[in-house]
Amino acid sequence: MKYELVIGLETHVELATDSKLFCSCGGHAAANEPNDCVCPACSGMPGMLPVTNKHAIELAVKAGLMLNCKINQYTTFDKKSYYYPDLPAAYQITQWFNPVCVEGTVQVGEREIGIKQIHIEEDAGKLVHDDATNTSLVDYNRTSVPLIEIVSKPDFRSSDEVITYLKKLKAALQFAGISECEEGAMRCDVNISVRPEGTDQLGVRSEIKNMSSFAEIKDAIEFEKVRHVDAIERRTEMLVQETRRWDEVKRRTFPMRNKETAADYRYFPDPNLMPIIIDDAWLDEIKASMPATAEEKGQKYVDMGIASKEAAVLASDAKLCAVFDAVVELGREPKSVASWILTECMSRMRYLGIETLNIEPAKLSRIIELVDGGEITRAAGKKVLAAVFENNVDVDKYCDENGFNAKVDEGAILAVVKAAIDANPAAVADYKSGKEKALQAIFGACMRELKGNGDPAVIRELLTKELGK
Amino acid sequence: MAKYITEINKQGSIAVDDTILVKDYPATAGSKMLENFVPLFTAEAVERLIAGGYTISGKTAVGEFGLDLYGETSSNDICAAASLVADGEVKAALNVDLNGAPRRAAAIKGVTFVKPTYGTVSRYGVIAAACSGEQIGVTAKNANTAAEVLSVIAGHDAKDGTSLTTEKYEYNTEISVKGKKVAVVKELYAAASAEVKAKIDDVVAAYKAAGAVVEEISIDILNEIKTAWTILMSAETTNNLSRFDGVKYGYRTEKYKNIDELYVGSRSEAFGFLTKATIIYGSDVLSKGKYDACYDKALKIRRKAVEALTELFKTYDALVMPAYSKADFEGYPIEEAFTKVYEESLFTAPASITGLPAVVSAGVQLVGDYFADGKLLGLAKVLEKEEA
Repeated sequence: MKYELVIGLETHVELATDSKLFCSCGGHAAANEPNDCVCPACSGMPGMLPVTNKHAIELAVKAGLMLNCKINQYTTFDKKSYYYPDLPAAYQITQWFNPVCVEGTVQVGEREIGIKQIHIEEDAGKLVHDDATNTSLVDYNRTSVPLIEIVSKPDFRSSDEVITYLKKLKAALQFAGISECEEGAMRCDVNISVRPEGTDQLGVRSEIKNMSSFAEIKDAIEFEKVRHVDAIERRTEMLVQETRRWDEVKRRTFPMRNKETAADYRYFPDPNLMPIIIDDAWLDEIKASMPATAEEKGQKYVDMGIASKEAAVLASDAKLCAVFDAVVELGREPKSVASWILTECMSRMRYLGIETLNIEPAKLSRIIELVDGGEITRAAGKKVLAAVFENNVDVDKYCDENGFNAKVDEGAILAVVKAAIDANPAAVADYKSGKEKALQAIFGACMRELKGNGDPAVIRELLTKELGK
Repeated sequence: MAKYITEINKQGSIAVDDTILVKDYPATAGSKMLENFVPLFTAEAVERLIAGGYTISGKTAVGEFGLDLYGETSSNDICAAASLVADGEVKAALNVDLNGAPRRAAAIKGVTFVKPTYGTVSRYGVIAAACSGEQIGVTAKNANTAAEVLSVIAGHDAKDGTSLTTEKYEYNTEISVKGKKVAVVKELYAAASAEVKAKIDDVVAAYKAAGAVVEEISIDILNEIKTAWTILMSAETTNNLSRFDGVKYGYRTEKYKNIDELYVGSRSEAFGFLTKATIIYGSDVLSKGKYDACYDKALKIRRKAVEALTELFKTYDALVMPAYSKADFEGYPIEEAFTKVYEESLFTAPASITGLPAVVSAGVQLVGDYFADGKLLGLAKVLEKEEA
C-alpha cells in the first residue's frame, strides 16, 4: 500500500523589536553576560505589571498580512501556567482565546498551505546545567523576548514541501523586517502522521519538538515516515500520540519524557492587559508600511532587466537584496550589479565560508564603477573585491598601491608582449607548429607582467600580430 | 499584636500595607513566603505621596496576601492600619482592597476608607493577588482627608496597563445632600447582624434628616456575584502566587532533592491555610474541564453585575449596604476560613467585581457609579457631622 505524509508545523520566530514584549529591557541580543537584560518585570518579581510593546503587535500583524491572514482587530493576551525554573512568574503570557491573526494561506509550489493562526507570546529563559557542581543556573536574558508562533494546518504532504515553506517563510519574514531569523532563532515543532493514500482519516500523530536546522527537519520527517509506515505495515511497534525529539547523532527520534499524561495549562485572560483594539486606521498604517514581498521584489528585478533566475536568487535573501538595492541606488547598472553580487561576491563568500553577504555597498559600487568605466580591468576588480572581503581595504587606495590601471598605452603593452615572446621560446615554437593552445601560456605571462592591467583584447591582438611576423 | 511589620519613620504621616512596595524595606505581604523579600522599587502611589511631601511611617500588618478578613489565619492584626488612623497615630493609610478587608476594618474601627474606581490609582508596586479587582484605597479619619490623599495618588500611570488615561482627578466633597437619592439594598441589610443593622438604620435616619430621598431596592444576583468574585479572585490569586516557588527569592525549603520537591516543600511550608485553600480552589476553577462552567461563567456574571449596578445608578446616587456581617468571628475551626471569607464577600464583592468605587463611613458602605468617588466621599461627610 502507498502512504502519504500529513504534516502540520508550529514555527516560532523571534520578533525584531528593540525591547522585550512587556518591559523596556533590550532583547537578549544586547546581552553580554547572563542576566544582563533583566528587570523586575521580566524576572517575575511581585509588584510589576506588564505593558505591551506596540511594535511587537505591528510586526505580528505584518506577518499575518504577508500570509494572507484575517487580522483579529480585537485581540487579547492570556496566561498559560506551568512551573519550570526558566519561567520566572510560573506563567507565560501568550494568546490563547483571541490570537492576532487567523485563517491564512501560503503558496508552496503548486499547492496552497493553510495557516491556522499566528499568535504572539513571550519566550522563556535558559537553564544551564553544571554537572561538576550538580546545580542548575538560570539566565533570564531571553525571558519575555517577543515571539510569534505560526501554526499551519496539517496540509504538508512531503518533507520537501516543509522545507520549501520554511525557506519561503524565512525569506519573507526577513524581508518585511519582522524577524532577523538568525541561525537557530526559527524553531519548529513538527506534527506528523501517515495514512494510506486516498484516505482522509488522520493517523496517530507524533510531534517532534524544537527543531531549527532545515536539513535536520527533513531527515527527521523522513525517519518518522519510515517508522510510522513500519509500525502500520509490519507491526514493529504500537504508535501512540506523543512528543518526540530528534537525536542528531543517532539520526533517529526518541520519545520525550512525558511528565504528565495530560498537561493542564489553566489558560485564562490576563487581567493586567486590556484587549488590544487594532482599529482600521492603525491597520491601514501597518499595511502602508509593508515592504515588498520576495516575489514582488523578484518581479521588480526582472523589470530592471535581470534574468528571472538571477532575480529569484537575489530576492530570496534579504542581505543580497539590501546590497543590490543600495549599489543600484548609488548609480550602478542593475545587470552589472547582479552579476558582481551573484558571481564574484558569492564566489568569495563560498571561498571564505561566509553565509551572509556583508560588504559596504559604497565599496562594491566603486569597484563596479571602476571596471565598467574601463579604469581597471575586471581581473583587477576581482582582486580588489577579494581584498575588501578579507581586509576591508579602501578601493581607490588599493588600486593605486597595486598599480591597477586598465588604460595602459599600446606601446607599453607591445613592449611586454615582445619580452614575453623572447622569454618563452618553447611555447612560441609550439604555437608556430600549430598548437593554438600554446598561445595561452604566453598570454598568461603578459598578464602577469602587466599585473592585470591593460585590455585583454588588445594584448591578445598584439600578441597574435607579433607571433604572425 | 504589632501594628507595623516594618517601621520606617516614627514621624511619618502615612502608613502603607505590607503588600505595597517601598524600595529597600522588606515587603512580606503578611506571608512567611516573603519574610526576607526586599523590593527593588517603590509603588507608584507611594512615590506620588513622597513627591507630594508626605512621609511614610511604616508597613502595616495585613492578612496573608490581603486574603484574610479575620486575622484568624495569621498572627497579624489585620485592622492595624485602621487602628493607627483611629488612634490618630497617622494621618492616613494606603491599603490594598481585593476582597474588602480594609473596608471591613474601617467599618469596625469607625474610620473612613475609600476604594476608588478601578483604574484610577496605579497598581504598580502592589504584590498582586486578584489583579482584576484589587485597588489601593485610602483609610483616613474623615472624608476630606481621604479625598486629599486620594487626589495625590490617583491619575494615569503608564507603568500599569489597566490605568485609565485621565492624568489627574479632583474629588469635590462639597455636595448638597438635599434631594440626593440613596437606596438600601434589602438582601444585604437582611444578611447583617443586629449591630450592623443598627448602623444602617442610623445612616438612613441621618440622610432623611439631611433631606435625601431614601428607598429600598432589591438586587437579585448578589449570590451569583459573591460566587463569581470568589472564582475570579481565587483563580487570579493562584496564578499570581505561582511566582513564589522558592527559586528566585523568598522562602526556600531545606529539604529537597530535585526541583519538584523544592517547589512543593517551599510552598507547603511557607503558605498559610487560607492561601493554600484559595490556591486549590483557584486551580480547580481554571482546570480544563471546568473553565467554561466556572471562570468563563464568572466573567459573564461580572458583565451582568456591571449592567445591573450601573442601571441602578441612573436613579440613585449611592447604594447603602453593610461592609461586613458581624465584627467577631470567634473560635471557628481553621478549615472553615475559606468558606467564611467567601460568605462574607457577599457584602464587598459587588464593588470588587465591578470596580465601582466604595466608601466606608460610620460603619456602613456606600457604593456609587464609576468616577462618583468624590460624591460618595461627600455623602460620607454628612455622616461624620451627624456622628459628631
